[in-house]
Order: sequence, then structure tokens, then C-alpha cells
Amino acid sequence: MTALLRRAARNTLAAAALPIALLALWWVFTADSDSYYLPPLSDILASVDDVWLHSGRLRTDVLPSLLRLLAGFTLAVLLGVGVGVAIGSSRRLRAFCEPVLEFLRAIPPPVLVPVLMLFAGIGNTMKVLVIVSGCVWPILLNTVEGVRAVDQVLLDTARCYGVRGPARLWHLIIRSASPQIVTGMRQGLSIGIILMVISEMFAASNGLGFSIIQFQRTFAVTEMWTGILLLGLLGFLLATAMRVFERRALNWYLGLRQTQRGGDR
Amino acid sequence: MTSTPAPPTRAPRVDGTRRTRLPGNTALLGVLGFATFLALLEVVPRLGIVAPGYLPPVSRIGVALVELAGESAFWTALGDTVRGWFLGLLIAVALGIVVGFVLGATPILREATASTIEFLRPIPSVALIPLAVLVFGTNLRSVLLLVVYAAFWQVLVQVLHGVQDVDPVAQETARTFGLGRLARIRHVTWPTALPYLLTGVRLAAAVALILAVTAELVIGAPGLGNEIGVAQSGAAVARMYALIIVTGLLGVAVNVLARQLERLLLRWHPSIRREVPA
Repeated sequence: MTALLRRAARNTLAAAALPIALLALWWVFTADSDSYYLPPLSDILASVDDVWLHSGRLRTDVLPSLLRLLAGFTLAVLLGVGVGVAIGSSRRLRAFCEPVLEFLRAIPPPVLVPVLMLFAGIGNTMKVLVIVSGCVWPILLNTVEGVRAVDQVLLDTARCYGVRGPARLWHLIIRSASPQIVTGMRQGLSIGIILMVISEMFAASNGLGFSIIQFQRTFAVTEMWTGILLLGLLGFLLATAMRVFERRALNWYLGLRQTQRGGDR
Repeated sequence: MTSTPAPPTRAPRVDGTRRTRLPGNTALLGVLGFATFLALLEVVPRLGIVAPGYLPPVSRIGVALVELAGESAFWTALGDTVRGWFLGLLIAVALGIVVGFVLGATPILREATASTIEFLRPIPSVALIPLAVLVFGTNLRSVLLLVVYAAFWQVLVQVLHGVQDVDPVAQETARTFGLGRLARIRHVTWPTALPYLLTGVRLAAAVALILAVTAELVIGAPGLGNEIGVAQSGAAVARMYALIIVTGLLGVAVNVLARQLERLLLRWHPSIRREVPA
């Protein structure tokens, strides 16, 4: 029991030591910094409260950003998985679409911001479309790969047992492809965050990216740093949420792999 | 599994016959698919389904593309983008290899840095844009900061996985044969980590291009991204599409190059040897 406790304490220490040391270094080295670009960490943290909490920016800027990201990401998942299953299931369709998809995927998504601005102005629609246009490729291509790799024996077995229609789609195809789909979602999410920020930096009247670029343009350096920290924290939290989701959704797969590898992972 | 021999023996055969029949077909269907795509892009604006002011017919984009090829400014911009991408990728890969091997080879360091890496990695590199603008202004160094930050984590994480994947038996064998620390790194750790590293390089190459173009577009550093921004604000729509197509082609080239590199450096690796039909 004490050994267990000691080990837990050791692990916590190992995980927390470096971040604490780095923050402490940052704090100490900038404590009486006159540098214009690098205000003291204490000042930055002190102004977080003013800049984000009291001014209501969390509601007027951060929330819209997050909602746009959520909308874009959800649409991209639906579109990517839907089209991906269709393309992955048919060899002809796959051969037909592959070159076009290879090309579209290779276009760096941020360059679509100006294009979508033409079509949809600078409102929410444009930003959601930008996020969709970037997120959808990793999800789509990974789904295609996943559907392609569905076990032939399982497919035959399902056919023997007369499993077809929605049941086949949900329990066999989507389930088999889910490790790849989730990988695609993880990649898509990190691109989505980038695009959320870019689309707001390019043209917007609110949002996290808009606020940060506004602080920079008005040379409000301390405020800009709080924005950078907040954005970093947001990226980290979203990645953590994605990992929790992954662990839940792929529990069966991780367990299967573990037993196949002989227990110890 | 062994009690039902029928499905496993049948499956590969069916798969095999399908695979031998398709190659010619696949290429033809692919060309057909691309032609359909281009035809759609030509017809949709011509029929007025989408205003030609927003999406010019593909033939007009083609004309703009030819015009671009005649401008020296375009080639300079292309060179700027490629330079930012390549230098950034190079720095990120070098850093990733060094840091990855040092951290991966020392369990204490690895344990101590794990949480920090997990925290820093998902921070979107675009968060650094305002900082880059303030500190470096609108030039190559801003681009490099963003590119290196984004690409570095891709490489580092893969290298860490790779270094961890070393077969203990191989390691012990090398030790028994009296290989020193450096020789073990060269002959045991490096070949094990190389496939992981190259996966990391492939991912990083794509991300680096995205960030290079983004930096040019948002910050205004010289390059294709900046040209796109200029074309857009000047309402030169066909030119903007032509530039976007160029970035897409650049992306395809980057992907192909990365895959070729993988194939070249991993000729000896089973996963590649199996892919190449005899």
C-alpha cells in the first residue's frame, strides 16, 4: 500500500517537476524584465482576470470561436465518414476519386480562406466552411483506409448470417474502421483549431484569433500574451478531451490489441 | 481459426485475382475521375450555377496559370515558399532527431519531460503568429518560427516512439559483441527508429507546407501565400485560383517526395520489401 502510494507520488513528481521548474524560471527571469516583448509573467497572469474574465470576452469571443469549431468539426466528421464509407466500399469509386482527393488534400487549407470569403462573406458561414474544408480530408482519407481494411472473413461471416443494411454498416464497417476514423478525427481537430484561429485573424469582428491579432496590432503586448496562453491551454484541453473520447470509443480495440500482444502493453 | 481453413485460404486468392486484374483499370478510372472533376469546374460556372466572378471556369484559371508561369515574380514567390518550407523542415528534423535520441535514451529525462511535451505539442503554432510579427516582422524568420514549431513535434514524437521500440534482445546481443555506445546507436537504435523518423518527416513535411503558406498569407511574408492575399484583395480571382492550384501541386510534390524518400531509405525494411511486387 505504501509502495503504491510512493509510486503514485513519484509519478506525480516526475510529471509536475519540469513544468513547475520551467514556469518558475520564466517567472524569475522576467520578474524585472523591461523588455517590451517579454513582460513579467506575474503581470501577464495578473491581467488574465481583467482581459478575459471581467470584460466578458469569454462569452463574446471565446464562445463563438468554440461554437464555430464545434460546428465545423461535427460537419466534417459526418461528411468525412459518410463519403469515406461510400468511397472505401467500392473499388471502382475509389479508383475514380483517388487522384482528385490526393490533389484536394494536398492544398494547404488556409489558402481556402480567401476563396470561401468570396462565396460566404466574412460571417460565421465562411469560418465554419473553412474549418470543414480543412478537417474533412484526414477524416475522409482515414475512413477510406479503414473501410478498405475491413477483415474479409468478417465480411463473409456477416454475409452468411444475413447481416446487411444499417446493421452491417454500423456494427461491421464503421466499427472495424473506427480506429482509423478516430485517428483521422484527431488529426482533423488539430487542423480545425489552426483554421479557427486563421479564419478569425484574416477577417472577423469577434473570436479568439481576432482578439489576439487585435492586441498585437494595438501593441497591447501583455494582453497578447494572455491570449497566446489561453489559446495554448485551449489546444491542450481539446487534445485531452479527444484522448478521453478515443479511449472510450476504442476501448474494445485497445483491449483486443493488448490480448493479441500477450497482455503486457 | 485453424478449425475453419476454408475462409482464410479463399480470401487471399479472391483478393489476389482482383488485384492482378485492376491496375490498368485503376489508372484509367483515375484519369476519368480527374477529367470529370475538371469538366465540372468548367461547366458549373458557365451554366451560372455559381457566379463566374466567384469561381471562373477552369479554362480561364488555366490561362491565368500560364500567365503566372511567365512572371519572374511568381517564380521568386515560389522559391520563397519552398525555401521557408525546406529550411524549417530541416531545422525541425535535425532538432527532433537530436532531442528525441537524447530523451529516448535516458529513461529519467524521458519520464521528466513527458508531461511537458504532452502540454506543448497540441498548442496550435498559429498562436505564435502575433509574437512572430512583433519580434521578427514580416520576413523569413517569422515563417521559420511557425514552421519549426509545428513540424518539430511531429518528428520528436515519432523519434521517441522509435527509440523506445528497440528490441531488447538486439540491444543485449550488440552489447555482448562488445559494441560501444555510439556503435549501438548507429547499428541498433538508428535502424529501429528510422521508419518512425521517416513517418514523422512525412507528417512534418505536410504540416510545414501548411504553416509556411499560412505565415505568408496571414503575416504577409513574401511567398505564394502573400501572392494569394494580394490577388484576393485585388479581385484577380482567376489568378488567385491559379496560385491555389500551384500550392496544391506543391503539396502533392511534397507528399510524393516524402514517400519516395521513405522508399529509398527503407529499401531493406520488410514493410517496403513486401509492397514491391517481384
